[in-house]
Amino acid sequence: MIDLSYQAVMGRKNEIMKKAVGLDYSVFEYGKLSFDYEGMMEKVAYSIPEMQKIQYETKVGNTSLFELKNINKLIKKYAQKGKGARIFIKDEAANASGSFKARRASISVYHAKKMGYKGVIAATSGNYGAAVASQAAQRGLKCIIVQEVFDSRKIGQPEILEKARKCEAFGAEVVQLTVGPELFYMFLRLLEETGYFNASLYTPFGIAGVETLGYEVANQMKDMEGRYPDVVIATHAGGGNLTGTARGLIKAGAEDTKVIGASVDLTGLHMASDRDFNRKSFTTGHTGFGVPFATWPDRSDVPRNAARVLRYMDRYVTVTQGDVFYVTEMLAQLEGIERGPAGNTSLAAAIALAKEMDEDKIIVVQETEYTGAGKHPMPQLTFAKQNGIEVRRGNSIENIPGKNVVIPENIGQITAKDFDMNRLRHSYIKNAVENKKLTEVTMEDVKFLAEDTKLAKEEVIEALKELKVAID
Amino acid sequence: MNTARKGQWVEIENLVLKPEERAPQVPEDTKAVPLMMWTKGFLEDEAAEIGDVVTIKTLSGRITSGKLVVVNPRHEHNFGHPVEELLDVGVEVRKEIENL
Repeated sequence: MIDLSYQAVMGRKNEIMKKAVGLDYSVFEYGKLSFDYEGMMEKVAYSIPEMQKIQYETKVGNTSLFELKNINKLIKKYAQKGKGARIFIKDEAANASGSFKARRASISVYHAKKMGYKGVIAATSGNYGAAVASQAAQRGLKCIIVQEVFDSRKIGQPEILEKARKCEAFGAEVVQLTVGPELFYMFLRLLEETGYFNASLYTPFGIAGVETLGYEVANQMKDMEGRYPDVVIATHAGGGNLTGTARGLIKAGAEDTKVIGASVDLTGLHMASDRDFNRKSFTTGHTGFGVPFATWPDRSDVPRNAARVLRYMDRYVTVTQGDVFYVTEMLAQLEGIERGPAGNTSLAAAIALAKEMDEDKIIVVQETEYTGAGKHPMPQLTFAKQNGIEVRRGNSIENIPGKNVVIPENIGQITAKDFDMNRLRHSYIKNAVENKKLTEVTMEDVKFLAEDTKLAKEEVIEALKELKVAID
Repeated sequence: MNTARKGQWVEIENLVLKPEERAPQVPEDTKAVPLMMWTKGFLEDEAAEIGDVVTIKTLSGRITSGKLVVVNPRHEHNFGHPVEELLDVGVEVRKEIENL
């Protein structure tokens, strides 16, 4: 009989994973900590034309890009003369399953089917679950979604409960757990029990699937305005949204477009805390994922995460929970589209940045997501109040995660706070050597770290010296 | 409903890890409680009552067992209460845009 204890299953992690992804990551590894990222993306993932075909077959892609004319008018009121960039939004809610995550799931599920797997499993409390379920339904594969959803009182965020409902609507089994990183243990057990494919968010398939988004943004903008956008803003959590979009922009030729990551600021809340779990209004798109995944991407459920934001992110900003709820309401009332809220994190950041940018500049918010019961500002704020969070109007800067949600009085108060990119880059280097307990690296590793952080080689060498890591 | 018959849609509960079995990196408040799991499916047993250990067939076709906790579990999430702070936003921004 197979040993199902926590230690035994975790001990079999590597062999379970290898079978479940059908991919040997070790062939890309070299040096003490490096791996051939571009080689992996090129050899393992699919090309843009192949992915466009796969996605077209399953109702994904070719979503509309439109200008937010009323919001843009309002931004001008709060911007200095000559400022107030134009914001365009990519309506990703139009994908099958209602979010950009369908792009990631479509490639993973296609690949799983091609490799002969009978089913797919994904660990996610977000839109990705519904995306995998929807794609599995279309390709005739079984599907299991593993969610972290309840606190120890069996009380769950309405947003996650809605996502569970949607997965079931597409015929997926949903396994629901209380708070804790040991979800990964159940995930491994299910992979082992079923022999299904690990449709992780972070395989080369999951990341490459988003490239078509960036590719479409570049080409649509070129068609509409005769040029590429100046800035594309992506909500940042695990890093796949930003990485895939940036890669797609580059593949389309929009190399000068700046890519900015935006997260909801949840500083101070512990993501694995039973108590803190229901004291936040955002279950994704926040700093609780954004910072750790930027500074240590390989913490994910595959050996090497194909989402590596430090390679692509030009700037990282945070907004508040109150800001995002405010712009979600505004999007419905002024633009006539009900979307979000979590996906509107990048819209809140775009409004803040548009006020500072020249009026001839173009910002693209590269996603929207579906909304519905549970996953909507009203139930989410009702839930916040029920969990002892104060909800009130006031200035955005008064937001304290876990204590209150302060809805701004007007868009003049919405500001984007810059996160120190240099700090992220240096934390990454520290994590890279400390997680492997290295006291020595090679020059090849220095080159890899420079590529993976966008630091100069000299800066990497300096950082390693400070960490007392020798270079061979 | 306290009883279920074969083929009915039900929810089962399992204790996955006891507090003392939880991962070392888990914060104290989480370490004080067990890791619990809920799964839904069609009842395989002929008949059962709440609290019985039962076997179910899930939507993916997996056979699994646990303690029966809900018969015909419904999705209870909704649109919440009207939130005054947010209702005002709509009225305000529409007024702002009218005057531009």
